[in-house]
Amino acid sequence: MDDKKNGQAPSTTDRPIIEIIGMHKWYGEFHVLSDINLKVQEKERIVICGPSGSGKSTLIRCINRLEEHQRGRIIVDGIELTNDVKNIEKVRAEVGMVFQHFNLFPHLTIVENLTLGPIWVRKMPRKEAEEAAMKYLEKVKIAEQAKKFPGQLSGGQQQRVAIARSLCMSPRVMLFDEPTSALDPEMIKEVLDVMIDLAREGMTMLVVTHEMGFAKSVADRVMFMDEGQIVEENNPNDFFDNPQHERTKLFLSQIL
Amino acid sequence: MSQSNPVKAREHLKPPVTEVGVLGWIHQNLFNNWFNSLLTLLALYGLFVTIPPMFKWAFVDSLWFSGPEACREIDGACWSIIPSNARFIFLGFYPEDQQWRPLIAMILLFVLVFYTQNRKSWNRALFPIWVCGLFVMGWLMHGGLGLPVVETAKWSGLPLTLILALFGMVGAYPLGVLLALGRRSKLPVIHSLSVVYIELIRGVPLISMLFMSSIMFPLFLPEGVTFDKVLRAQVAIILFTAAYIAEVVRGGLQAIPKGQYEAADSLGLKYGQAMRLIILPQALKIVIPPSVGILISAFKDTSLVVIIALYDVLKTTKVTLSNPEWMGYSSEAYLFLAVLYFIFCYAMSSYSRKLEKALHTGH
Repeated sequence: MDDKKNGQAPSTTDRPIIEIIGMHKWYGEFHVLSDINLKVQEKERIVICGPSGSGKSTLIRCINRLEEHQRGRIIVDGIELTNDVKNIEKVRAEVGMVFQHFNLFPHLTIVENLTLGPIWVRKMPRKEAEEAAMKYLEKVKIAEQAKKFPGQLSGGQQQRVAIARSLCMSPRVMLFDEPTSALDPEMIKEVLDVMIDLAREGMTMLVVTHEMGFAKSVADRVMFMDEGQIVEENNPNDFFDNPQHERTKLFLSQIL
Repeated sequence: MSQSNPVKAREHLKPPVTEVGVLGWIHQNLFNNWFNSLLTLLALYGLFVTIPPMFKWAFVDSLWFSGPEACREIDGACWSIIPSNARFIFLGFYPEDQQWRPLIAMILLFVLVFYTQNRKSWNRALFPIWVCGLFVMGWLMHGGLGLPVVETAKWSGLPLTLILALFGMVGAYPLGVLLALGRRSKLPVIHSLSVVYIELIRGVPLISMLFMSSIMFPLFLPEGVTFDKVLRAQVAIILFTAAYIAEVVRGGLQAIPKGQYEAADSLGLKYGQAMRLIILPQALKIVIPPSVGILISAFKDTSLVVIIALYDVLKTTKVTLSNPEWMGYSSEAYLFLAVLYFIFCYAMSSYSRKLEKALHTGH
């Protein structure tokens, strides 16, 4: 279901930016993901929720091949993910990822964290990369910390830096893997605000999160996963007000 | 309206005398119970018994610049053995008329090391500077291009020790890092080769490797082909030290959280870039203390080359002691050597502490 609400312009091509067809993944004997089918159009915002262990993080980690899938196809921006390292690097450069634990590089300053990708992957001149980095740091309202090291920043600030680091690569898609789960409650808002701004600007986003407020306000689609399957997906209004599936109802009753 | 308790004006009292200052320190550290008090007194008595006679031997009754005859008359230390034999101890069999060459080479080496220890000079120019410096040093030591050639067999004393140690470290460290990466590789051939190499080398004493390099290795070479003996010892030291470095570096690599690899990957960095820019800088920083430990022991282990008849500074000192005129002053000579080795090793360890501090970024 391609719900084009908010009068969104359809993407220039009809090709979805991410296409997952009949994808399965196992950890040893354990079947983590089962028959995943998903199409993501450009500028779509998708929120994925579900109980822990349902495979939602694994799913988005498959999209930039931090995890390998064993069956089915994943096609990102026209490139199919296989064992071809060159293709994987190409896809990763186009897909930004924000982690639960930020994963900033502690030995580099904030601005060095941001320019690393553009300089080494995009071959951008250092000066230009630094200017771009400052622009993104301003966007996440943290420019004054540019010369500090990650260890000197609070969790919320680090996560905003991590978002800016991904944005510096001008990605086509952003993946968020529980970006607010490791944060103190008062810091969650500052990170969500940045993500909401990003969504408003039309970034294609896949967000694994338990922040249902975020899902309600910005998502085009909400997906509920359980036991490695996409159980239900719908636009946020119908998803929250009128869940179809028993497991979804149970999950929503527990977290809302 | 709730009423808070009135706060009493705060008094600033001094802590008890027995808790602070010199008295406090003495009380807390030396006399905090009867057993420790007893130990303190025993230690003081021990120092009283040993220090004054040693001081008398080393500094009061001693001779510093005299001939061997004068030394026979005194009870104290005969430090004269060092200055009188300095040339042989430091330079060994290097031809006397050419001895300015190793001296300049050593000065050049110290200048290079001193220049490099400043982190500000770690830039693109550093590598070419070292290549030039080493070329000049090699030219000075070996000769050619207008200088008379001095065979490496005649290189001895301190220059030999320093060359073996420095090249041993500089060669072993990168090799060790590569082996550590190899051992963590997912490619089975590279992984098993690294494991076999590391375990094999670590299972063999350095002495036996030096023996193999100097006695067994030439047997396998076709007739007429020879490798320089110093070079063979150098290679043995590098191969030996690298295996130890590899295990230490592997420990550092394991200490880097998986998230760092994932963050590097998700930016689209290639394996080499991720290692060079993200993983190794962090891992190598963690392992500074143990790697410097290995480098220090490698420095001291260079003295084992005596068993393949290379005359490092330890051996030249021993040879001096076998001179009948200076026989019997081995305490002085070995104390001097101990101080010499200590200076180099202490310089390394204090530099490593400085580096650790400078690289700390508050996480």
